[in-house]
Amino acid sequence: MASKRFHILPGFSLTLGYTITYLSLIVLIPMAALFLRVTALTWDEFWKIAVSDRALASYRVTFGAAFIAALINAVMGTLLAWVLVRYRFPGRRMLDALIDFPFALPTAVAGLTLANLFSAKGWMGSWLDVAGIKVAYAQPGIVVALIFIGIPFVVRSLQPVLEDIEVEVEEAAASLGANRLTTFTRVILPTLMPAILTGFSLAFARAIGEYGSVIFIAPKESEIAPQLIWYRLEEYDYPGAMAIAVVMLVISFCLLITVNLLERWASRFQR
Amino acid sequence: MAGSTQKRWTSGHAKSRRGAEDPWYVRWILIVVSLGFAGIFLVLPLVNVFDQALAKGWQIAVGSLGDPDTMSAMKLTALVSAICVPLNTLFGIAAAWLIAKFEFPGKALLTTLIDLPFSVSPVVSGLLYVILFGLKGYFGPWLDRHDIQIIFAVPGIVLATIFVTFPFVARELIPLMQAQGSDQEQAALTLGATGWQTFWHVTLPSIKWGLLYGVILCTARAVGEFGAVSVVSGHITGITDTLPLRIEKLDKEYNSVAAFSIAALLAVLALLTLGLKTWLEHRQQRELDLAQTSSDSSDEH
Repeated sequence: MASKRFHILPGFSLTLGYTITYLSLIVLIPMAALFLRVTALTWDEFWKIAVSDRALASYRVTFGAAFIAALINAVMGTLLAWVLVRYRFPGRRMLDALIDFPFALPTAVAGLTLANLFSAKGWMGSWLDVAGIKVAYAQPGIVVALIFIGIPFVVRSLQPVLEDIEVEVEEAAASLGANRLTTFTRVILPTLMPAILTGFSLAFARAIGEYGSVIFIAPKESEIAPQLIWYRLEEYDYPGAMAIAVVMLVISFCLLITVNLLERWASRFQR
Repeated sequence: MAGSTQKRWTSGHAKSRRGAEDPWYVRWILIVVSLGFAGIFLVLPLVNVFDQALAKGWQIAVGSLGDPDTMSAMKLTALVSAICVPLNTLFGIAAAWLIAKFEFPGKALLTTLIDLPFSVSPVVSGLLYVILFGLKGYFGPWLDRHDIQIIFAVPGIVLATIFVTFPFVARELIPLMQAQGSDQEQAALTLGATGWQTFWHVTLPSIKWGLLYGVILCTARAVGEFGAVSVVSGHITGITDTLPLRIEKLDKEYNSVAAFSIAALLAVLALLTLGLKTWLEHRQQRELDLAQTSSDSSDEH
């Protein structure tokens, strides 16, 4: 019956035509063009560029830093979501609103201020400098920038799940003799796990593609993969840029599929 | 008095009882650690922007914004956003209408494809257009013969910005319109309204807050986009530098106050975005609660 009633609504062919045309012009054709151009390379040529020493080094920096940052975000994001949902304290609403700040702030601004903050003269950097730790213009700086841009993902995917958890289950665990820590690790954490993993994957996916904030704080001697693409383009070395771009795209698509599967898994969990 | 302080600091669940509550010291430690983390990674960077911008006083900070090259970057950023946001808004409305109101094969695939630009690195997004329109790209030679420049010019910047902000409005509207269903539109049409009348007087008013939300997020990203624009801009001072690119250039020239002054301007915009976003979420929540209570009370009758 529902499908019958749908047909009265006008605008199907108009919106379908417009959506498909615009999507094709902006997204599909440019992407197809990239893959088409890459097929002009032989497999050997492609492979040689994609796994050249410099490319491999850039993947190591990119994925290593993104992984560490996403891991820290997973832990701190879980903590933040827990505190925001479960506790009431002055400034809670402010903190809740501030979580989205990295989404709203241009990445160049984030990179500029984080590099300054964690440089040897900055508020944070001068403290760390005393301890002999160099953050800005060193590899930890990349992690710091990626932590910043990834903060919202885990918090925002966890909050709705935490709000839906039934307190009765925890009380049942407690009444059966479990202490609070056991309740958390055996009862609460397993329920939260799909959402934590989703948030982790989203933060990781965002981090591997990030460019703007990283270039301000990254050291000169190590480069991330998007930076390498940029350099190749600057040298008009299109094949070099495209091969690395395709590697990054394929990994991003795999992550996108992972996130979709995780979300499906999570929704099954909630039911 | 002591009771009220106690209440403010304890668990949020009014009904929560023993067994689902953390001991007070655990609460304290977790709150302090969270606030510390947020302080270092969210508050300090923000405060630092303004502190650095004002390092040599208000006048120099504001004066640096009046630099002709910075002014032209402002105009370019405004122009690019003014083109991208309406185009993507129109697309978002059309796509949401299509996906929320009709059933057709390939719908799930279409929804995934709309989200695709989110999972593409900004640098790769820029690269896509260089491959199409760059001098050594597919249409490069043809464009060159006809003296049309897209890459290293404003059209390229607009295209790259449209790409990275592509899903914002659509992705806000699709779930909203799906949740609302199409009963109201059906009723309007049955009563003799035309398709456009139905859209303007029935659909648009009911999605306006969600639409505004999407537009705000889209604008914030359009103004702040860096990676994609950096690839296609060519960095010609005064001509193809947007505000974020201008920040990078000034920072490289060790002109810290000027770089941070633009950063402060963009940070104010970001705070405004955040404020509007929070207000809109609050409003939506209230309308949802109102709708729920009114339907609850009508159930009772």
